Amino acid sequence: MQWNSAGEFFAMGGYAFYVWGSFGACALLMFAEPFLAKRRLSEVRQSLIRELLADELELKQKNP
Amino acid sequence: MNQSIIQWFRFGSPQAFYPIAGRMIPWFWAAAAAFGIAGLWISFFVAPTDAQQGEGYRIIFVHVPASWMSMFLYLIMAFWAGLGLALNTRLSGMMAQAVAPTGALMALLSLWTGALWGKPMWGAWWVWDARLTSELILFFLYLGFMALQAAIDDPRRADKAGAILALVGVVNIPIIYFSVKWWNTLHQGSTINLTKAPSMAHTMLWGMLLMALCFWMYSIAVALTRVRAIILERERHTDWVKHAVE
Repeated sequence: MQWNSAGEFFAMGGYAFYVWGSFGACALLMFAEPFLAKRRLSEVRQSLIRELLADELELKQKNP
Repeated sequence: MNQSIIQWFRFGSPQAFYPIAGRMIPWFWAAAAAFGIAGLWISFFVAPTDAQQGEGYRIIFVHVPASWMSMFLYLIMAFWAGLGLALNTRLSGMMAQAVAPTGALMALLSLWTGALWGKPMWGAWWVWDARLTSELILFFLYLGFMALQAAIDDPRRADKAGAILALVGVVNIPIIYFSVKWWNTLHQGSTINLTKAPSMAHTMLWGMLLMALCFWMYSIAVALTRVRAIILERERHTDWVKHAVE
């Protein structure tokens, strides 16, 4: 390992802004995208479940 | 027709694919995490400092995987779009649509990390060089595909229009890939070069391959999650969907 301290590791030999800017952007977007995809899936599921419940209610009202 | 081939066609229906995708997703996340941890460990703690670029070269461990994925995903998107156009299968268009945002994300990350690498090494965030420009066009092709699909109300017509755009855009992939050979560019040539400094090239190569595998598994996991959402959105008026969410 080439790092003598945590400070040296985070300094990245003077390239901290560029290296962490690259890895940081990847981490940020690669956490955000699955989160958004999962939210899209749960939203459509929720709306389908609501629709189903509404249908059931309607059916009960028609033939109690 | 052969029974086993018919079995495969069965998976081509959204109804059959929806639960399968749901079962596969956790495995791809697990693989992405495993490859990512190993890849990051090599990227930061095993791969030595570069003689010319110091620690700045470590951007390679995200730049190259993101660039590779931006090109692979485009080919996958075009493959599904083309299959949908040729065979008129429902799932194909949904797959193409599910892959596009992830491809756009990879193209954006490739450009972003490239800019952050270009500034300290070349002295410029951006140059109108063949490699960079063709990658930017790839990003715009993804955005165009997504915008075109979003602009057409009927999903089957949107699939067809999108498929034509995706297939025409395929011509850009070899242009990106060979741009460093065909033109005199600022962008360096292929990084995978085993002839010089073998021990160093090996750890760098392993780090890059592991990170690329992590990006692959990530892309599959997130595209499968998105395709499940698209399946439910498009098939919401069918009976099977009602049973699937119960």
